[in-house]
Amino acid sequence: MKLTLRVWRQKNTDAPGAMSTYEVDGISQDMSFLEMLDTLNEELILAGDDPVAFDHDCREGICGACSLVINGDAHGPERTTTCQLHMRSFDDGDTIDIEPWRASAFPVVKDLVVDRSAFDRIIQAGGYISAPTGTAPDAHATPVPKPDADFAFEHAECIGCGACVAACPNGSAMLFTSAKVNHLNVLPQGAPERETRVLDMVEQMDSEGFGGCTLTGECATACPKGIPLPSISAMNKEWLRATRKARR
Amino acid sequence: MTRTLWDSTVGKKVIMAVSGLVMLLYLVVHMIGNLKIFFGSDEFNGYAHWLRVMGEPFLHHEWALWIVRVVLVAAVVLHAVSAYQLSRRDLRARPITYVHKRPRASYATRTMRYGGIILGLFIVWHILDLTTGTVHSGGFQHGHPYQNVVDTFSTWYGNVIYIVAMLALGLHVQHGFWSVAQTLGAGRASRDRALKTLANVLALVLTVGFISVPVAVMTGVVS
Repeated sequence: MKLTLRVWRQKNTDAPGAMSTYEVDGISQDMSFLEMLDTLNEELILAGDDPVAFDHDCREGICGACSLVINGDAHGPERTTTCQLHMRSFDDGDTIDIEPWRASAFPVVKDLVVDRSAFDRIIQAGGYISAPTGTAPDAHATPVPKPDADFAFEHAECIGCGACVAACPNGSAMLFTSAKVNHLNVLPQGAPERETRVLDMVEQMDSEGFGGCTLTGECATACPKGIPLPSISAMNKEWLRATRKARR
Repeated sequence: MTRTLWDSTVGKKVIMAVSGLVMLLYLVVHMIGNLKIFFGSDEFNGYAHWLRVMGEPFLHHEWALWIVRVVLVAAVVLHAVSAYQLSRRDLRARPITYVHKRPRASYATRTMRYGGIILGLFIVWHILDLTTGTVHSGGFQHGHPYQNVVDTFSTWYGNVIYIVAMLALGLHVQHGFWSVAQTLGAGRASRDRALKTLANVLALVLTVGFISVPVAVMTGVVS
């Protein structure tokens, strides 16, 4: 396959950026999208140019490191992570636009790499449980009803990639925060911090400069792990409950 | 608790949701009241007069009407200020747009902000036209709403402004009502279809109900 790539190039956070056009040839349909970018970078390095910086780690769709907006879609046209997107989703001769996540809370570090530490600070604000140290408790020591376990598991699937923020026209982190809040709030292990967790995490989310939710549903459509849109409503319910109890 | 509500994006949406519900409830009542125009000027004018004596003798003349007006103004102000502040924040959160553009979300969802502004301007015109009579075409007669309504919808611009605003209202309610459920924590995957259907029905009934009046005047059914 021969492709034309239009890639966002930006030296650092403060430098202005622009789209640069590259031609790549000899791309196999079985390559992943990141392997296609590796091919481009090898050519750039051989030509003495600066390779395109992009985030990647496990390349198995489970770590949440990769993060590209491909032709206007976070993680590209398939409902998966960029590393699990394959070139068979494109046609020979296509022009592909590649941009970084866009949100003021995710500043561009270089080219396609953005700083997602705002998510870490949201987790630090309440995305944990207080557990005694020592040997691991027996798995059946704390019974969890099956529907609650399923609900928690569905939300625990969030890998924190930030596609929800990238897809949202308001740059809102509501889907990410709701996945983390719902995951722990439904479980008995998360019960002691149930109120403070949702209040603190939402407060941190707001202070990071993410936008508000207007329920466009773009986040849930982009999410590679299928975190559903009603998660946001479930978090709103938790937030209202905690606000009524006024426990901080 | 009030501070938590006002300072948080989630809380401000709750304020928007509750004020929106208040306005929506009023609109349903208003629309049903409007339909009395199809039963002649006596019934319509009589209903309009009753709105002023409603609550008597417990409440003084027009007190109930003024209570409704104060609640509505409070709802409009809270709704608009919250929307303005949240929109400012949303635009700041996404300062750079994508080079590769594609339409995002449904038409109703994308037009919430513009639609809200259209509705705000419409409310001002609507009150100046049919409550105070300041910009009313022809002689505005206090106590004769039937004739005033017929006068307004006998002008081309009266019909255009009203019908455009009611279409904007339908779109606003379609996304707004469903959003209220989500914001107040009533959204579930299992009842999503029911909520969307209810939002569509509400939007359609309100739009058709309101637009039926200018259409009736234009076609001579009401004159």
